[in-house]
Amino acid sequence: MTTTTQQPKAPAGSPPSRAARVLADRRLPVLVTAGLFLVMYAIGLSRYQNYGFAETQVFLNLFIDNSYLLVAAVGATFVILSGGIDLSVGSVIGFTTMFTAWLVERQGLPLVLVIPMALAVGAFGGYLMGYVIQNFEIQPFIVTLAGLFLFRGLCLVISKESISIGDSSVSSMAQAQVSVGGGFLSIGAIVSLVVLAAAFYVLHYTRFGRRVYAIGGNEQSALLMGLPQGGTKIAVYTMSGFCSALAGLLFTLYIQSGDPLHATGLELDAIAAVVIGGTLLTGGSGYVVGTLFGVLVLGLIKSLIQFEGTLSSWWTKIATGVLLCAFILIQRTMTSRRKT
Amino acid sequence: MAEPLPVLEMTGIVKEFPGVRALSGVDFRLFPGEIHALLGENGAGKSTLIKVLTGVYSLDGGTVTLNGTSVRFHSPSQAQQAGISTVYQEVNLCPNLSVAENIFIGREPTRFGRIQWKRLRREAAELVDRLGLDIDVEAPLSSYPLAVQQLVAIVRSVGTGDADGQGAGTKVLILDEPTSSLDRDEVLELFALMRRLRGEGVAILFVSHFLDQIYEVCDRMTVLRNGALVGEHMVRDLDQVGLVQLMIGKALDQLEELHDHQLHADVGESLLKADGVGRAGGIAPFDLEIKKGEVIGLAGLLGSGRTELARLLFGADQPDSGKVTIGGKHVSMSAPNDAIAAGVAFCSENRKTEGLVPDLTVRENIILALQAARGWTRPIPAAQRDELVAKYIKALDIRPANPEARVGQLSGGNQQKVLLARWLITQPKLLILDEPTRGIDIGAKAEIQKLVVSLSEEGMAVLYIAAELEEVLRLSHTIGVLRDRKLVAQLANGPEITPTRILETIASGEHQ
Amino acid sequence: MTTTPRWRALTRHHLFWPVAVLVVLLLVNVPFTPDFFSIKMTDGHLYGSLVSIVLFGSPLILVAVGMTLVIATGGIDLSVGAVVAITGALTCSYISDQADQDALSGVLLAMGIGLAAAVVCGLWNGFLVARMGIQPIIATLIIMVAGRGVAQLITDGQIITVNSEPYKLIGGGYWLTLPFSIFVVAAVVAVTVALTRRTALGLLVESVGGNAEASRLVGIRSRRIKIMVYVFCALCAGIAGLMISSNTSAADGNNAGLWIELDAILAVVIGGTSLLGGRFSIGGTVVGALVIQTLTTTIYTIGVPTQTNLVFKAAVVIIVCLMQSPKFRAKVFGGGRFGGKGGAQQAPTPADTAPTSEAVRKMEVS
Repeated sequence: MTTTTQQPKAPAGSPPSRAARVLADRRLPVLVTAGLFLVMYAIGLSRYQNYGFAETQVFLNLFIDNSYLLVAAVGATFVILSGGIDLSVGSVIGFTTMFTAWLVERQGLPLVLVIPMALAVGAFGGYLMGYVIQNFEIQPFIVTLAGLFLFRGLCLVISKESISIGDSSVSSMAQAQVSVGGGFLSIGAIVSLVVLAAAFYVLHYTRFGRRVYAIGGNEQSALLMGLPQGGTKIAVYTMSGFCSALAGLLFTLYIQSGDPLHATGLELDAIAAVVIGGTLLTGGSGYVVGTLFGVLVLGLIKSLIQFEGTLSSWWTKIATGVLLCAFILIQRTMTSRRKT
Repeated sequence: MAEPLPVLEMTGIVKEFPGVRALSGVDFRLFPGEIHALLGENGAGKSTLIKVLTGVYSLDGGTVTLNGTSVRFHSPSQAQQAGISTVYQEVNLCPNLSVAENIFIGREPTRFGRIQWKRLRREAAELVDRLGLDIDVEAPLSSYPLAVQQLVAIVRSVGTGDADGQGAGTKVLILDEPTSSLDRDEVLELFALMRRLRGEGVAILFVSHFLDQIYEVCDRMTVLRNGALVGEHMVRDLDQVGLVQLMIGKALDQLEELHDHQLHADVGESLLKADGVGRAGGIAPFDLEIKKGEVIGLAGLLGSGRTELARLLFGADQPDSGKVTIGGKHVSMSAPNDAIAAGVAFCSENRKTEGLVPDLTVRENIILALQAARGWTRPIPAAQRDELVAKYIKALDIRPANPEARVGQLSGGNQQKVLLARWLITQPKLLILDEPTRGIDIGAKAEIQKLVVSLSEEGMAVLYIAAELEEVLRLSHTIGVLRDRKLVAQLANGPEITPTRILETIASGEHQ
Repeated sequence: MTTTPRWRALTRHHLFWPVAVLVVLLLVNVPFTPDFFSIKMTDGHLYGSLVSIVLFGSPLILVAVGMTLVIATGGIDLSVGAVVAITGALTCSYISDQADQDALSGVLLAMGIGLAAAVVCGLWNGFLVARMGIQPIIATLIIMVAGRGVAQLITDGQIITVNSEPYKLIGGGYWLTLPFSIFVVAAVVAVTVALTRRTALGLLVESVGGNAEASRLVGIRSRRIKIMVYVFCALCAGIAGLMISSNTSAADGNNAGLWIELDAILAVVIGGTSLLGGRFSIGGTVVGALVIQTLTTTIYTIGVPTQTNLVFKAAVVIIVCLMQSPKFRAKVFGGGRFGGKGGAQQAPTPADTAPTSEAVRKMEVS
């Protein structure tokens, strides 16, 4: 009875058609991205099957080569779901590589001590940004921009030169392989998948996760519903800082050096992965699983271009941009349908 | 009957904003098992009092006692924990989440920190069921119209403390204009629920602009004026006339005067003709003719299609059938610009979101429509602009009479006048006013109604939408009656047209 | 409060804080470089720290001025850095293909091509934002990501160097004793101010940014206006791109204009234009851009290692933003005049209410 209430701008009384319902499903973008990944992979298979593209390891390498991006993108997913944005991701990663390399190589600290320190610094940086965003009502864009400058600057303060890591514990960790059906994964890839699973659990099975969605849906409402909206926002940025630092550690492991210019602009890749993964940049809608596919698609573009051989590296950027554009347009048509 | 102890007592509440004293020493009591109306004109301090009570604002003076203990809330969640729940006028829920989640968010049933989704959905469905509502709790909230979302908000606040015993259970339920978006059936449903909760000992603070509703459901009322307490009365001890006088602090004759004005303007030749204009999901195709100098009032329940009709005639929404001719010329109505060029003006019912640019000054807001019509390359010369603005500020008595004031700072009535000035300055042939008197004080209301009469006498056609039938009757030459998104009748106003007659037309949907 | 009304009126002027920061930054230099403010004439050219601040800040001012209008409509343009790179790359690659690189007609044509590409980028952004209704930050992200790839594609991943005297003028030449780029900047700023304040464009832009739906219902063709500001912004970025590549006589698809969008947005914010749209101030933006450039210069002159430049920039961003945050001011200076913690409904700020109440008082007197 109440559902038949007349209300201005209410949807028409007739139940939405099947097609409309499919289009309005929030899971659709994730499926589209997954489908795109499969299509691209199939194209790769048919084009480069003589070059070993079909090997399991080529597929697993996607996880190995993009583990740091996945972790960073998971952090960015939290921020974007909450309706914010974090531009400091790349800088925090760069800083973490420098910080780690410097502590391990120049100060001779053991890795077990350095890892928690690096994570703590990243999380604290995120906390500070969240605190300023929340308590002084400054746009996240600007605050995290300051974070971008600050952490990149701190990199340079540590050293202008890159520091390569010769520590044996680092290299043994970097070279460790975990065999997975016909191939292997690196420790970094395993860690990134664990982070992904944890993020999925947090977003869907904890109150905190649901608050992130609520804030992204309507922050004002979340506040008036009595949700601890401020704390949630700060926690989201803290988490993003933590993820960035963890991504930085994985990157260090991957590259085995610290460099003040490492991961410049990586925040764009992370944001692109999140968007391609179907999360609305306006917040409140999306899945962390989509982010995985977003990262895989970006990674696959790189591999495809490498396999092609004749294409230059800048085609990666162009292809990413084109994909980003396509997904943004898809999102747009979907949200406009949902509103009418 | 011996009075029980109040569940909530606020004494000497003071709240100041820079330059404004919103509340000066207000006392307020709320007893368990009563429905208590909080009344006052715009700016009386109702919302501020509620926001102080719920911890949105901190108070600058006075005490709040809940169940005999002094409390001070610093956030809405603290108030909610203590058993004070609020349902605001605007639906404050998250449209991207499901109905069930909206009901339980913040107090989801968990085990070892893991949300128990099945239990959550089941409990939500039970709660919705118990309240006699037919809502699919798994659907996203955004798939429901606003009125249903409002009911979900009430379900949510009623359900506080249900899950795993957190919170103290709702002792005080604040309903801040919950009925403004509900139709009569839903209002009755809500009232039944309110009475049931009252029976369970919940104290309900009810804010509504509809006096009839207050007399229908409330036990006691507190009246505020200009941030001060005017009085607390049992509803049965004070009649409506007495109440209105308390609220406005003066008699009603300003409104009565208008009775003499009605109807004697001569209606001129045809101005606008709509043939089979309609829009799916908005309003069924209708025919309508508006003549010069004519006031057409639209009567109908909320959601009957009044606003939708007006929006089509302005091109705010695009009609998907029919055609509109204005002054003999076909107008495509593909955008507001088409209608504006043909001499139509439209004051939306949503002043804040669809009318004003709050950041801009009164002057800039007033000249906006004229400037938009001239295009950006032809600015209005400063001298001419200032003269025009000054003229309309004076004519409409906009206060403060300062063209440099930011429009966001003005009171509701003055904001409405700024919008009127914006359109009058373009000298439209047809002025569409969608609930121009909603949420503004009675003085400004009378001024706006007088203005409509005089505009019509000068030959301007007016399409007038108001929630109150009396208001429509008083002003209109012709009354269009809407029901279920159809224009069902057009009645020429006359002595035989009474509110009862219109209600009958709305109820039967037929033109007798 | 003990402050006099005049002082309060001054501190509440929208340019007060930006100018104050600029002045403080300039003064910091004096102990380190006593002749900081002196300007010398050498070879018919004026030299001095102030001149070089404006000279090196020119591209940023240009980009920031365009960005101001975009931000005022409630948008943002992240693609300006990529547009700078594309314009420089196209222009330089065209000039380098010429037999006679000094031929004025060839240089003008090259610049025309470069600017046309910038306009196309602007149209694309405007199309996505105004026609497709995509959030600006997302819409412009596309060219931000893909644009550098395109620029590298044009230069084939190389740095293209040119050797053209006429082209050198725009970014590195002198005219009437001053760097030519200062004139370019002055012209663009003057045109922008005239365009926005002599016509009704400024009002309409502020209206669109302040309340888009109300603007539509009042008959403002906001799509047209939005497309216009994105094109204008891209054009400004294009001119900046010419300036940067002319100054170095080279086009670097990878690094030209890198992060300039962030600096530009920063300049706009320092200048007092809200990222939420609405009211804007071109003057404030110019001051904001000068603040950023002065900061860089100051770091050089006071002898702090240049690598800390970014840390200082971060500090300035934070300080300026905190100063502009009403909440921060209330907490630090206001002595708790604002109660609202968590503030769902933001209390009117003193800056907002002051003009109204003062005006009312005045009227009561008269």
